[in-house]
Amino acid sequence: MNAVLIVIALVTLGAAAVAMTLRNLIHSALLLIASWAGVAAFYLWAGAEFVAFAEILVYVGAVSMVVLFAVLLTRRSRADLTVTPDSAGRAISGFIAGGAVCGVLVGAIVATPMGVGSSPTPTVTVKQIGVQLMGTHAASLLIVGVLLTVALLGAIVIASADRTDDSEDTP
Amino acid sequence: MIAAATTDAFLERAPVLLRDAVTGFLPEPWRTLVNALIAVGLILGIFGTLFAFITLAERKILGRVQNRPGPNRAPIPFINKRFFGLSQPFADGVKSLTKEDIVPRDADKVLHYLAPVALLAFSILTFAVIPYGRNLVPVELDAAVLYFFAAGAATELAVFMAGWASRNKYSLLAAMRALAQLISYELPLLLSWVPVVLIAGTLSTTAIVDAQAGWKFGFIPHWHVFTPWGFAGFVIFMVAALAESNRSPFDTPEAESELIAGHLTEYSGFKYALFFMAEYFGMLALSGMAITLFLGGWRSPLPFLEFIPSYLWFGGKLLALIFGFIWIRATFPRLRIDQLTRFAWKFLVPLALINLGNTIVWSLMSNSSALMQLARWPVCAAIILVPFVVLGRKLSAGVAPRIYRYA
Amino acid sequence: MTALQLCLVFSSALFCVGLVGALARSNTILVLLGIELMLNAANINFIAFWRFSPSPAPATGVMFVIFSIAVAAAEAAVGLALVIAVYRHQKNIRLQEANRLKG
Repeated sequence: MNAVLIVIALVTLGAAAVAMTLRNLIHSALLLIASWAGVAAFYLWAGAEFVAFAEILVYVGAVSMVVLFAVLLTRRSRADLTVTPDSAGRAISGFIAGGAVCGVLVGAIVATPMGVGSSPTPTVTVKQIGVQLMGTHAASLLIVGVLLTVALLGAIVIASADRTDDSEDTP
Repeated sequence: MIAAATTDAFLERAPVLLRDAVTGFLPEPWRTLVNALIAVGLILGIFGTLFAFITLAERKILGRVQNRPGPNRAPIPFINKRFFGLSQPFADGVKSLTKEDIVPRDADKVLHYLAPVALLAFSILTFAVIPYGRNLVPVELDAAVLYFFAAGAATELAVFMAGWASRNKYSLLAAMRALAQLISYELPLLLSWVPVVLIAGTLSTTAIVDAQAGWKFGFIPHWHVFTPWGFAGFVIFMVAALAESNRSPFDTPEAESELIAGHLTEYSGFKYALFFMAEYFGMLALSGMAITLFLGGWRSPLPFLEFIPSYLWFGGKLLALIFGFIWIRATFPRLRIDQLTRFAWKFLVPLALINLGNTIVWSLMSNSSALMQLARWPVCAAIILVPFVVLGRKLSAGVAPRIYRYA
Repeated sequence: MTALQLCLVFSSALFCVGLVGALARSNTILVLLGIELMLNAANINFIAFWRFSPSPAPATGVMFVIFSIAVAAAEAAVGLALVIAVYRHQKNIRLQEANRLKG
């Protein structure tokens, strides 16, 4: 049981770590998609089937497309995609900050005695999720719906070119 | 797979009985594993063969429609009989295996190799949750429909990888076009099955098939397609499925006569064959899902025809839908890219949303008196027909000049 | 180490990978992706605590993750729209150079 978890964790972490260090943006994005798929595998391992498929549908299916389109739309030539390495100071301070946070978190986790419930793997059916979404969490569902609509409208407004502004530039 | 119910006819139980006879003596953990492997092997074998003969059937039917014989030269080896070119797919297979595999010099080698593999893997994954017959579903999942479309959504990634890795600007442009099409039609595809989930109250494919059991007046099956919302949903689903599987009339991403096969330009030999195979697998899987969601799954249309085993009914419906796909390809001209996206966003998506509301009206009226039960038929038909006519008129009024914004 | 602790270590490591990526890289898209990774790491915690909690009956962890995924999708859309807007003004998406309020 734990071996599966460790394999999933190593694959996910490896993909994410390599993605963050690569110079080619497209490869970074594709590896990150692999690491999202790893997170979905973790959800499957934990028995949260619905969340795993939702993660695949949203991240691998939708967010990845937005990311890849953004990568392709924000470059002038193919050479633009190889990101020049950043200054060493920036990288080092980033690593120090990340390492410190990691150390504190892992130390806290290891030091805390966790009372693990001995109950078997909890199951949650789609029906239960639906009932909860429509019952207890109905208000949050509505708010999330409004948020998504507003956010997507806003995204379109921000990203769409002003046609009057630079009419000579557009091909 | 569940153990067969003992009340079923022998033919109905035959596949499960046969499997149990083979694996029954194995100890428990191995038994499940071997059963799973058998299911995988069967799916690959049956759908692989089906793919081979559908390509032949497609070329034959296209030939028939266009008044020419179609491929009829390939002989059966050793006996030298032709049988209408029945061995053509195998000849094609050998040809694509032995062809040179050309990789452009500057291509992204890894991604160029990975794209067809990923595409095929994802499209095979979708076969796992379709119920092929009574008790014949490879993986029983609580969120099966969601799984199906999650695996299907991942195929877009492979299209992008193919276009990007080829290092050819035309490939890349065509891949972006293909992605625009796939994303646009993903919406009506997903929206069109939500009413089914709403009525059946479940995301499990077996339960959705069970929800369509029985006959009204003894001869009208309770299939979802025989309701106003179900019929509209089915039509929207099939149109979106045509576009999702890159079939004509929505095959602009790889229009052979206009853009040298789009994102597949730099692919040759066996990799191209893999793309081809994945496209047909996608078509078969979407048809299987359409059957499960709307056409009663493996259920027989009439009570006295129930003696025919369920898996044969499923196969028959599948072949009928595939024939529909081929017929549409033979008769409809290709859409322009702007017509295609306009059709998705201004016609299919609003219609699918209205259909969702329509389904809510339908299910609210089902609890009331007999008069309401009768009244919901014309009411729901009107709710979907009026927007159909209005939106359709608007759509045909827009054949005005194109705006070349991104061309 | 119990399974719950393993899950938590996994999620904190993923969080830190995202953090280092967001801090050390100056490409806007990579920074956004690092933030997405951190969000995912938080979701892993929710699922882990739901999975190993003594009384998992009300699936609150699962609910929270569903909402979190929806919010993350909105965040990605807006963030990448901002990236495109920045690119249109600067012809560049390095974060250091996007330092003017008026584009």
